[in-house]
Amino acid sequence: MAIVKPKVDAVIVGMGWTGAIMAKELTDAGLSVVALERGPDRDTQPDFAYPRVVDELEGSIHRKFLQSLSKETITARHTAKDNAVPYRQMGSFKPGTGVGGAGTHWSGCHFRALREDFNLRSNLKQRYGAKFIPEGMTIADFPVSYEDLEPHFDHFEYVCGTSGKAGVLNGAKIPGGNPFEGSRSREFPLPPNRNYLGAELFYKAAREMGYSAYPIPASNASAPYVNPYGCQMGPCNFCGFCSDYGCLNYSKASPNVSILPVLRLRKEFELRAHAQVLKVNLDNARTRATGVTYLDATGRETEQPADLVVLCAFSLFNVHLMLLSGIGKPYDPVADVGAVGRNYSYQNLNRVTLFFDDSVQANGFIGIGGGGATFDDLNGNQLDSAKAGFVGGGVIWARQPGSGPIRGITTAPGVPNWGSAWKQGVKDAFRHSFYYEVQGACMSYRSNYLDLDPTYRDAFGRPLLRLTFDWNDNEIRASQFLVDKALQMCKVLNPKALSGDAKKAGEHYNITRYQSTHTCGGAIMGTDPKTSALNRYLQSWDVPNVFAPGANAFPQNNGYNPTGMVGALTYWAAKAIREQYIKSPGALVHT
Amino acid sequence: MNDDKAPSPSRRQLFKSLTLVPIAAIGVAGAGCARESDKPAGGLSAAPGEYQPTFFNAAEWAFVLAACDRLIPADNIGPSAGQAGVPEFIDRHMQTPYASGDIWYMQGPFVEAAPQFGYQGRLPVRDILRVGIKGIDAHCQKQFSGRSFAQLEHADQETLLKAAEAGKLELDNISAKEFFTQLLNETRMGYFCDPRHGGNKNMSAWKMIGYPGMRADYTDWVEVRNQPYPLPPVDLAGKRG
Repeated sequence: MAIVKPKVDAVIVGMGWTGAIMAKELTDAGLSVVALERGPDRDTQPDFAYPRVVDELEGSIHRKFLQSLSKETITARHTAKDNAVPYRQMGSFKPGTGVGGAGTHWSGCHFRALREDFNLRSNLKQRYGAKFIPEGMTIADFPVSYEDLEPHFDHFEYVCGTSGKAGVLNGAKIPGGNPFEGSRSREFPLPPNRNYLGAELFYKAAREMGYSAYPIPASNASAPYVNPYGCQMGPCNFCGFCSDYGCLNYSKASPNVSILPVLRLRKEFELRAHAQVLKVNLDNARTRATGVTYLDATGRETEQPADLVVLCAFSLFNVHLMLLSGIGKPYDPVADVGAVGRNYSYQNLNRVTLFFDDSVQANGFIGIGGGGATFDDLNGNQLDSAKAGFVGGGVIWARQPGSGPIRGITTAPGVPNWGSAWKQGVKDAFRHSFYYEVQGACMSYRSNYLDLDPTYRDAFGRPLLRLTFDWNDNEIRASQFLVDKALQMCKVLNPKALSGDAKKAGEHYNITRYQSTHTCGGAIMGTDPKTSALNRYLQSWDVPNVFAPGANAFPQNNGYNPTGMVGALTYWAAKAIREQYIKSPGALVHT
Repeated sequence: MNDDKAPSPSRRQLFKSLTLVPIAAIGVAGAGCARESDKPAGGLSAAPGEYQPTFFNAAEWAFVLAACDRLIPADNIGPSAGQAGVPEFIDRHMQTPYASGDIWYMQGPFVEAAPQFGYQGRLPVRDILRVGIKGIDAHCQKQFSGRSFAQLEHADQETLLKAAEAGKLELDNISAKEFFTQLLNETRMGYFCDPRHGGNKNMSAWKMIGYPGMRADYTDWVEVRNQPYPLPPVDLAGKRG
């Protein structure tokens, strides 16, 4: 018999960004909240304390802050005809674990989606005609608009102490920011961070190419800051340990720094670490969740009854929990019916590296996760898709989250992987090279989806989530187009050598190479329960007392990092729960 | 994991323990293992021969010493793998949870898959190295009249490593390419890790590339353009290089 805990108003599965936001908002509304986090509790002290936290071997090889694949992973294959095999070693994406989740080891890039990212399908239809969207591409409009989310984008930036420069403020363009962005109601809470060499040169090259470069909105504080919750941040010291690491300096916004200090003091809030949620429990009709079942730290099966279940796991595992629990109808790509698992998308990331002689002090070890420069001249409506031959643009950026020799030193073309020539190659490259990246959008397709694996199981005996994903021609053309633009721009800077990794025609998705942790979709928001798992408030169409905020809700992915959008959507959903659902529990959207 | 205070027997004692390697072979010109000419150049305190392996057996250790110094050889650019303590790092690293597959998904069935899906075998890193070393030595013994990898000329060792890297070497029980990948990864990690893990002795590899190590504060150097970063490395223990 499972242990049964006293019932609470809301149980939250996962304590990353979405879990922390939901816990804050729901306890604000007076609900009793229990949060179940599969990993350990973590905080800046002692877990991210200097010097231990900056041990590259532990952070980037032993991956001490990331999910252990021995417990939970996925299987992957390129097409529905293939047998999937497990993601045995971490490569392509890096889910987190522990309190703070991936919000502890993110870099800090904090974008808002463009206005036209919200109505992608109808916008493309209007601009290029319905036939322009390829057969099998399942992109959809978000069921919310930029204007719906603007207050929530704004609030989340103020929670995070985001450093940047507005480009459009209350409808007026102002110099220095992104002229193509949606209008902001306020300037950023903090000014942009200072530029390392690669970012400074990016502005120069972009100017010569006619692009409008602007500072990447970075949730890495450029100055001391106190957020609306009273949580404090210190200015980023460019330590170079953002991605893969918790911040040693209270400079990078995270659930731990920006929200949990308040939550931890609340009587209505209880955080249970090492609580592995196995499934959401449903009533017999499968239309109401009664709570969740989890394994406690000693492995005892425990039931947490609750009136409201909020799935705040990493996007992939939100989908996994929905499939395991029978929430909604699983997607069947052959019949093209069912909603859960549909519209998986990713991020089209490519890199160009510039090598200089030793008179150029690039100093890649000086790092700030979200800082740097980018431009939107090839993103959103600025991209002429008819001319470029693909849909969904992207950004080119200078970013320098901090390099170290264990994380790898990219050597100039022609340098071997070992021997004296390799030693000379790493010596030449380490302090005198930097990279720019192309971060492209990734469309969704009927052929790319998530379901349960028939063969492999996790450490708890549950079927693994199965990813069926490969690059489509559209994304390969985007990669080639954008990398070519990046290379042209780099030539302005006259590097000694230049390398780029545009995807080749027919290239398959390689899950062994780190690209991006921006896994999206699978339980998307929409207007039609037949093709979306969630309504516009991230509420399950089928089990209305389950909400599932996260990048799982994106119908496709745009050219930006998802965290800003994920945070805004979560505040948007929390507002609907507070202002509508609590008064009248049930479906918030009727079809 | 053992620590730096492990007993440090002399090179003579170590060679005595290499029961599978004929002593005579060590003296062959060009043999890969701990030649006099590979002695650290700049007064580094911990020569590779002084560390007593606790994971690898004598034959494996002879391979590791030789192979690491082919991958990162002695030259005037920077320290060799041996000089930097890479073999010690690998021996110690093989005894961490990481090397026994702690963060890998290790459940079967184990099936072949395209390279884009990564290593799908059932061996964790430490066994990949063990099985691979045994495989390469067995190959050498057949190909080079009974000699092990460590007893070959440097040029032959390099040829074999190149073949393994290119996937052109057939070994029993393991993909030579996968073995090579893990061996090279471990060698680079040992070269560049914080010295507390046993490699990068005296931060010598960091000095070679100009890495300031674990300083983790560059506030005053973000906008400096016209001069190289001036400070030497520091390690996690707070020592300056």
